[in-house]
Amino acid sequence: MSRSVTLSRKTLNSLSPQASAEYPASRGLHRFAVFTAASTFCLIVAGALVTSRDAGLSVPDWPLSYGQLMPEMVGGVFYEHGHRMIASFVGFLSIILAVWLWRREKRRWVRNLGWAALGAVIAQGVLGGMTVLLLLPTPVSVAHACLAQLFFSTTAILALVTSRSWNRLDAQSQPRAPETSGPSLPALCVMANCAIFAQLLMGAAFRHKGIGIIPHLIGAMVVVAIVFWLLARVARRYSGVPEIFSWTMALNGLVMMQLVLGAGAYWIREATRDAVQPLWPMVAITVGHVALGALILAVSVVLTFQVRHVFGRRHESFEPQGVPVTT
Amino acid sequence: MRIWKTVPGWMMVGLMSFALACGGGGGEKGGDAAEPAGGEAAGSADFVTVDPAKAATVTGKIKLNGEAPAMPAINMSAEPDCKGLHQSAPPAEVVVASNGMLQNAFVWVKSGLNGKFQPSTTAVHLDQKGCIYQPHVLAVQVGQPLSITNSDPTTHNVHPLPTTNREWNKSQTGGGAPIDYQFPRQEIMIPVKCNIHPWMRSYVSVVDHPFFAVSSADGSFTIKGLPAGTYTIEAVHEKLGSQETSVTVGDAESKDIELTFSAS
Repeated sequence: MSRSVTLSRKTLNSLSPQASAEYPASRGLHRFAVFTAASTFCLIVAGALVTSRDAGLSVPDWPLSYGQLMPEMVGGVFYEHGHRMIASFVGFLSIILAVWLWRREKRRWVRNLGWAALGAVIAQGVLGGMTVLLLLPTPVSVAHACLAQLFFSTTAILALVTSRSWNRLDAQSQPRAPETSGPSLPALCVMANCAIFAQLLMGAAFRHKGIGIIPHLIGAMVVVAIVFWLLARVARRYSGVPEIFSWTMALNGLVMMQLVLGAGAYWIREATRDAVQPLWPMVAITVGHVALGALILAVSVVLTFQVRHVFGRRHESFEPQGVPVTT
Repeated sequence: MRIWKTVPGWMMVGLMSFALACGGGGGEKGGDAAEPAGGEAAGSADFVTVDPAKAATVTGKIKLNGEAPAMPAINMSAEPDCKGLHQSAPPAEVVVASNGMLQNAFVWVKSGLNGKFQPSTTAVHLDQKGCIYQPHVLAVQVGQPLSITNSDPTTHNVHPLPTTNREWNKSQTGGGAPIDYQFPRQEIMIPVKCNIHPWMRSYVSVVDHPFFAVSSADGSFTIKGLPAGTYTIEAVHEKLGSQETSVTVGDAESKDIELTFSAS
């Protein structure tokens, strides 16, 4: 018996409503997860502003600010305490999300991911406090920056897996055939995740004066190479799978933007090195570079989950688009 | 499964413990005024004394070759409390020169001295006035008291960034109690900044002897009380680097020197 399989939007849309009944997604829960992820992105922007405005130590105490919950929001205090306020809000959202998932979510791994997100945001708060109390030691500042990226990606995954589109696909097992050569698509995605995270690590280390620019530049080249490889593979074999193709295109687009922003950030930091105070063009570009880095990691992780999900998590190789498979 | 469920609880306990352990300690890390005054020199009985009748003097000028870069005005518009203290935006004090004479260069005897010198007990003052550190460059002896005050109506944080001394960070409310500190180790041109007002920057040099000065508005400086000898005199500027020269002085002798920086 033989059959021909083409993974396309039509295929995905034809899935029966009964499939989603297996995992009754809550629209409210999904919206809340999206809100948490969006708030986390704002938190990353606020954190990047603190560093770019050199305001990290404008509040010398922690967990309170000047011994109070609401100090006068002047100068650097506005950025540092504002960051703390948004962080507290995101921590509060994370508690609600974890409990909501614990109460309503049937998939154990999703419930665990909710708890992991809560643990990450708590650890992140402690790291943030340590940066203040220990006067911004580079390892702690870098760890604080990197855990922020991981936490944001975790909230993005929670938003993804609580969505209806994800749950419509959940029970589906897609036919597959061996890849012709090279690493499998999931392996490529994992490579992209690792390269992007390593690049974020080096970017944070450079930003916090732990290393020079060269490792970060090499990391950028590695990320671009892997992301292009991923795009070539997806364009050739999976262009009819919107869940994969669209995220791959988004990933490539963001990485291209990031290259431009990265070059701009480096140039403007050098150009304003002797400025007596942080200038807004420098602040805007460097904050944009940090925020886009977080977005790139989140999109890459989302793409990885989509790939694993669309084709079934236990399958190691996939069916190229439109190629007949004999079973 | 049960263990997994307890993880967030344990994390909360850990967080609260950490918060309790650290609570109220903000800024206290830098508050190591209890460090031994005078550092290694403290308690030593064999300080070098110089007979005033034989003390030599080195005077001089710090010059700037080339046109001094125009200093940008400090933008205090986001801080009404600071902006209101000035009729117009003050210029940055990075390179201050007029008529080819350079202000705010730190001048000191870099080498040639023998023995230990008793730290002065007279406090050196650093004020925060108009949201600017005054003076911009100052120096103290190892173990000499540094008294930092805030004459502004707004809060500042005082944050020195040394490399061999200990870094610290303390807030100071307007008109609040002075912060008194003694640096225990020699270190030249320690940046001191305020993270609340990022344009605020001062430089404190800590020297293990009393033979140092800061060039005034006309570029002049005077180092008094030197024992006879041959010394390397160095001038250090926050932006323009350093220049040095050698000078020999005899008993009660006075020598005049010049050190020249390049603006380019």
